[in-house]
Amino acid sequence: MIQVEWFYWLMGLFFVAVGVLVARDRTNPRRTTSGAFWALVGLCFPYSSFVVTGAAPAWVLGLGLVVIAAIAGTGRLARSGSAAAAGAAGDVDGLEADRGGEGAGRATAPLRAAGTAVLASREALAARFGNRLFVPVLIIPVVTALCATVGKDVSVGGQPLLQSGSETVIGLAAAGIIAIPVGMWLFRQRTPALALTEGRRLTEDLGWALVLPQLLSVLGLVFATAGVGKAIGDTVSAVLPDGVLLPAVVLYCLGMAVFTVIMGNAFAAFPVLTAAIGYPVLVQAMGGNPPAVFAIGMLSGYCGTLCTPMAANFNVVPVALLELKSNYAVIKAQIPTAVPLLVANVVLMYVLAF
Amino acid sequence: MLVLLGILVVVAGFALRLNPMLVVTVAGLVTGFLGGMSLKEVLDAFGTGFAGSRSVSIFLLVLPVIGLVERNGLQEQARRLVSRMSRLTTGGILAGYFVVRQATAAIGLMSIGGHAQTVRPLVAPMAEAAAVRRFGELPEAVSQRIRAFAASTDNVGAFFGEDIFVAVGAVLLITSFVDTTYGYTLAPLQVALWAIPSAVVALLIHGARSLHTDRALARAIAKTRATEVAR
Repeated sequence: MIQVEWFYWLMGLFFVAVGVLVARDRTNPRRTTSGAFWALVGLCFPYSSFVVTGAAPAWVLGLGLVVIAAIAGTGRLARSGSAAAAGAAGDVDGLEADRGGEGAGRATAPLRAAGTAVLASREALAARFGNRLFVPVLIIPVVTALCATVGKDVSVGGQPLLQSGSETVIGLAAAGIIAIPVGMWLFRQRTPALALTEGRRLTEDLGWALVLPQLLSVLGLVFATAGVGKAIGDTVSAVLPDGVLLPAVVLYCLGMAVFTVIMGNAFAAFPVLTAAIGYPVLVQAMGGNPPAVFAIGMLSGYCGTLCTPMAANFNVVPVALLELKSNYAVIKAQIPTAVPLLVANVVLMYVLAF
Repeated sequence: MLVLLGILVVVAGFALRLNPMLVVTVAGLVTGFLGGMSLKEVLDAFGTGFAGSRSVSIFLLVLPVIGLVERNGLQEQARRLVSRMSRLTTGGILAGYFVVRQATAAIGLMSIGGHAQTVRPLVAPMAEAAAVRRFGELPEAVSQRIRAFAASTDNVGAFFGEDIFVAVGAVLLITSFVDTTYGYTLAPLQVALWAIPSAVVALLIHGARSLHTDRALARAIAKTRATEVAR
C-alpha cells in the first residue's frame, strides 16, 4: 500500500539536498543562512510524520518554523547566483554534454553561452522534439486523474493500493516522479541530473513563497485556538439590525468574503460566520433553505480568496512561478471578477434561498 | 476582543510591505499570547498546523520534470504550436483553458490543472505567443498582464468548479459542520446543486473577461506605441 508519507519524506530529502547544495554554492551571497533555511524546511517534513502520529512533540516543529520564518523574514534567504544565471540564460552546454555521450553525468557544465544563443538552441531543441515535448507534461494530469478516480478502487491483497483519502495527493506526486524517466528517455538524457538541477533552480526561484502557504495554515490554527473567530462572530452579530432580510444576507456574504481575505481561507471563515449569522438569523429566524444559504455563503468566501495575499498558494506562488514583477499582479487580475461575483452571490442567495 | 489585534498585525504588516513570512509568524505569536496561550501551546499549534498542511506543498514534486522539459524547449514548442494555429487568439486560449479547468474541477479532477502543472509550462506561454503573433514584440507590462490573467483563469475556474463536485473538501466541510453543530442531515448533493448558480455566473463573468482580453491588449499596445512615437 502506497502511503502519502513516503512522498513527504521524499520532499524532505529534496529540500535537504537543496540546502546542502546551496550551502556549498559560492555564488550565493548568503549561503550559510540560505542553506540552513532549505535544510530546516526539509527536516520539518519527515519530523511532521511523527507529529501526526503523536510520537514526537509538536512544539519542536513549531520552534523550527519560527527559525525558518526568521531567516526569510530578515532577508537572510538569497538565491544562488548560479541558479539565477542558469534561469536567465539556460545551461544548454551541460545539457548537450549529457546527451552527447562522452560527457555523461556532467550535466552542470559551466555557463558560457550568452542568453540569445541559448534561446536559439532551445528553439532548435523544440524543432527537433516537436510535440513530444508535451508528453511528460500531459502525463501529470492523466496519472493524477487516474489515481483520483480509478486508483481508489484498486486493491492489492485486500489492502487498497493507495492510502485512502490521499489518492489525489499521491497521484500528483507519483505523476511528477513517473514523468521524469519518460522525459529522460524522450529527450535522450542519460542522468536525472538535469531534472534535479532544474528542480533546485525552480525551488530557489520560489523561495519563501514555497513555505508561506503552510505557514498561513499555521496562522489559521492559532487564530482558531485563540478565539479570533468567536470575537469576529460576536462583533458581526452585534452590528446586525433585527428582522430585515437583505442586510442580513449582505452581512453574511460580505462577512464571509472579508473574513476570508483576513484568514486566506474560506474554510476558516465558514464556521464562524455561519454560527454568527448564517444559521441563527438566515435559517432559523428568516426561514432560509439551509443548503442554498450554506453553499452560496461558502462561495462568497471564495470571492475573498481571489483578493488576498493570505491565500498564498493561489495568489503568491504563481507570482513567483510566472516571474511576475508585482506581488499583487494575480490579485489585480482577479478583483474585477471577484467583486461582481460577490454581488451576484448576494442576489442569488436573496432570490433563491428565501 | 483583544485577540483581534493579531489581525491588525497582519493588515499593518502587508500594508507596510514587510516580508510576509515575518508578518504571519509575528501575528501568530501575538494572537496566541493575547488569547491566553502559553509559549509551548503556541509552538504546539505552529507544529500541528504545519504537519497537517503538508499536502499544499506537494506540487513541489512536479517542478523537476517541468524544469527538465522546459530546458528541452517546452515553452518554445508551445509558442511554435500556437503560431501555426492562426485562429487561436490570446483571449480564446485563456477562455478555453478556463472552461476546461472549471469543467474538470466540477467532476472532481482538481489537481490536473494548477500553476505549476499547466499554467507555467503551457497556458501562459501559449497565451503570450498568440499575442506576439498578432501584435509583434510585446511591451513587458503587456506580457506580465497576460501571465497574471492566465493564473487568474486557473484560480477562478478551480474555485467555482470544485463546489459542484460532491466529494470535495468544501462541500464535506459544510455538511459535516452543520450536521454536527445543528443536527441536520444534509446530503452533499443538495449543497453541491446550490453551487451551480454561482458557478454559472462565474463562468459568464470570467469567460467574458477572458474573451475581452484581445481587445484590451490591442488598446494597451496601441497606447504604448503611441507614447513611444510621441517620444
